[in-house]
Amino acid sequence: MSERGRMELVCPAGTPATLRAAVQAGADAIYCGFRDETNARNFPGLNFSAQEMAEGIRFAHDHGSKVLVAINTFARAENTEPWRKAADIAVASGADAVIAADIAVLDHMSSNHPGTRLHLSVQAAAATPEAIGFYADAFGVRRVVLPRVLSVQEIAALNRAIAVETEAFVFGGLCVMVEGRCHLSSYVTGKSPNLNGVCSPPEAVNYLEDSNGTTAQLSGFTIDRYEAGQPTGYPTLCKGRFKASGKTGYLFEDPVSLNAGSMIVAFRDAGVKALKIEGRQRGKGYVSEVVRAFRKAVDAVEKGGTPTEIDSILASMSEGGRQTTGAYRKTWR
Amino acid sequence: MPPISLTLGPVFFHWPAEQLKDFYFRIADEAPVDRVHLGEVVCGKRMPFSDPVWPDVIERLEQAGKEVVLSTLATPMTVRERRSIADLCGDSRLVEINDVTALPVRTGQPFVAGPFINVYNGATAQFLIQRGARTICPPVELSLAHIAAIARTCAEVDFEVFAFGRLPLALSGRCYHARLHGLHKDSCQFTCEQDPDGLVVDTLDDQSFLAINGVQTMSAQVQAVMRPPGELLSLGIGRLRLSPHTCDMVRVARIYRSVLDADEETERALSLLSDLDLPGALVDGYARGRAGAEAVATP
Repeated sequence: MSERGRMELVCPAGTPATLRAAVQAGADAIYCGFRDETNARNFPGLNFSAQEMAEGIRFAHDHGSKVLVAINTFARAENTEPWRKAADIAVASGADAVIAADIAVLDHMSSNHPGTRLHLSVQAAAATPEAIGFYADAFGVRRVVLPRVLSVQEIAALNRAIAVETEAFVFGGLCVMVEGRCHLSSYVTGKSPNLNGVCSPPEAVNYLEDSNGTTAQLSGFTIDRYEAGQPTGYPTLCKGRFKASGKTGYLFEDPVSLNAGSMIVAFRDAGVKALKIEGRQRGKGYVSEVVRAFRKAVDAVEKGGTPTEIDSILASMSEGGRQTTGAYRKTWR
Repeated sequence: MPPISLTLGPVFFHWPAEQLKDFYFRIADEAPVDRVHLGEVVCGKRMPFSDPVWPDVIERLEQAGKEVVLSTLATPMTVRERRSIADLCGDSRLVEINDVTALPVRTGQPFVAGPFINVYNGATAQFLIQRGARTICPPVELSLAHIAAIARTCAEVDFEVFAFGRLPLALSGRCYHARLHGLHKDSCQFTCEQDPDGLVVDTLDDQSFLAINGVQTMSAQVQAVMRPPGELLSLGIGRLRLSPHTCDMVRVARIYRSVLDADEETERALSLLSDLDLPGALVDGYARGRAGAEAVATP
């Protein structure tokens, strides 16, 4: 188990401006990716060129923050070159760590760049001491981003059994499926997180309007329907409304997002080294606001703040959409 | 030995012990499959029910000349589940690993890398081959062309395609059967047993879409990769995997075998297949590099 030090706040950046904003809002580390299919947030208008990455890393280092470069999709058999190149550029740019899931990428990193820290992406879904031990032994992985299927009690037990650091998602989007093993998006749209770095991609989305309201479809499959005047949501496949056994509803997950802000103390006590905020697709303003609030909350926890204090710091984070603490509480299952 | 082999994959569903036994005894006696996978892959909570039948089933299958493969859990969580993987990996038979948890304990002994292991490229395949992989059944979303590109770099192992059955699309920490019945996973009452082919999920427009099987989400439609043997061989594919359903699996195996033996045209085989009591329409989009839900092209 890693020794208990100060918990690190790991924050998303989809653009250089967001990276700078996150640094200024108090992120200990920023994670970001290149503008191609090598990272799991491959959305139009997002991510970094090689030059932007180098500049972003320089900016972060000048302000005492780290940059973790996500190269966390699975290299394509026909052409693994983009993944290798992304790893090489990340290292040359001075990345503090590379976040990877594919054995091919991990192997390339440990063989060619043994001096660069490797973090195991959540897309590798390593949830047992044996799996984590394998990645640590085979590739020298130093930190594991935990899949969002474990309860906080299980995380504590896991940390007692492993020799590497753990990072847990604390806020933002929530996958209800085991990450890196979900083909729902490609089943419907032909594009997947593992292969293309996208889930339920925008080009597959269609909103049909009629007198009853709006139907949100993904490649012709109805994912949800909204009455006239009701706000419409994005048709993420696993958060759609479906029918089974005569029941209609959100069979997989409600359209909620993760907020485990109330569990920061529990994460620290469970031996979690870093807290991760999801949202590389989010704008600068949103990232600044969330990072600032979580910076305060984590600092308050480190100073021994009470749960009430922490909750009041994060109160503004729970406005708007519906939220859940996900699998961190066992009843979610 | 025929050039392309048939594999019967593990049963993904919670079938009662007696049903499992009857199923495998009939497979042993009648199905033209070379290799049979056994064991619980989806949910560790089901293992106490099925575990007692395996010794008899293994004996019967091996007597019938089938190669038995012991499949292991795809998402082990508990100490008991992790121990079951370590125990199975100690067996002298071939073992299918479906989670990296099994890799360290099985390294150096032959194994099958199942469809839940993320093999997307030759470098990953080579890494696993060095540790003992003998057959690789890549993730279901890969196209035949993509699998061929991996196979080209690894001549020494069999590449197996998920050729029949509802597609295993996702796994979760949450049990959807329990959720649908207003229960939690820890007190699930094994409601998944009521749906021996999975429970179909329709869209709000009543379009058949997905199927839930405990913590697993599958396609409602049935994968049917039906290709002439020459085409499969040219792609470097040596095995087809048939995933068990309650339909007549002996008949399914015979239909595939007849195509692989060039006794039957693929078109007629697909038509014979669709005459069976299948849980959904036939799809093969993934094989063609398209969305997995795309229907099998009919002439």
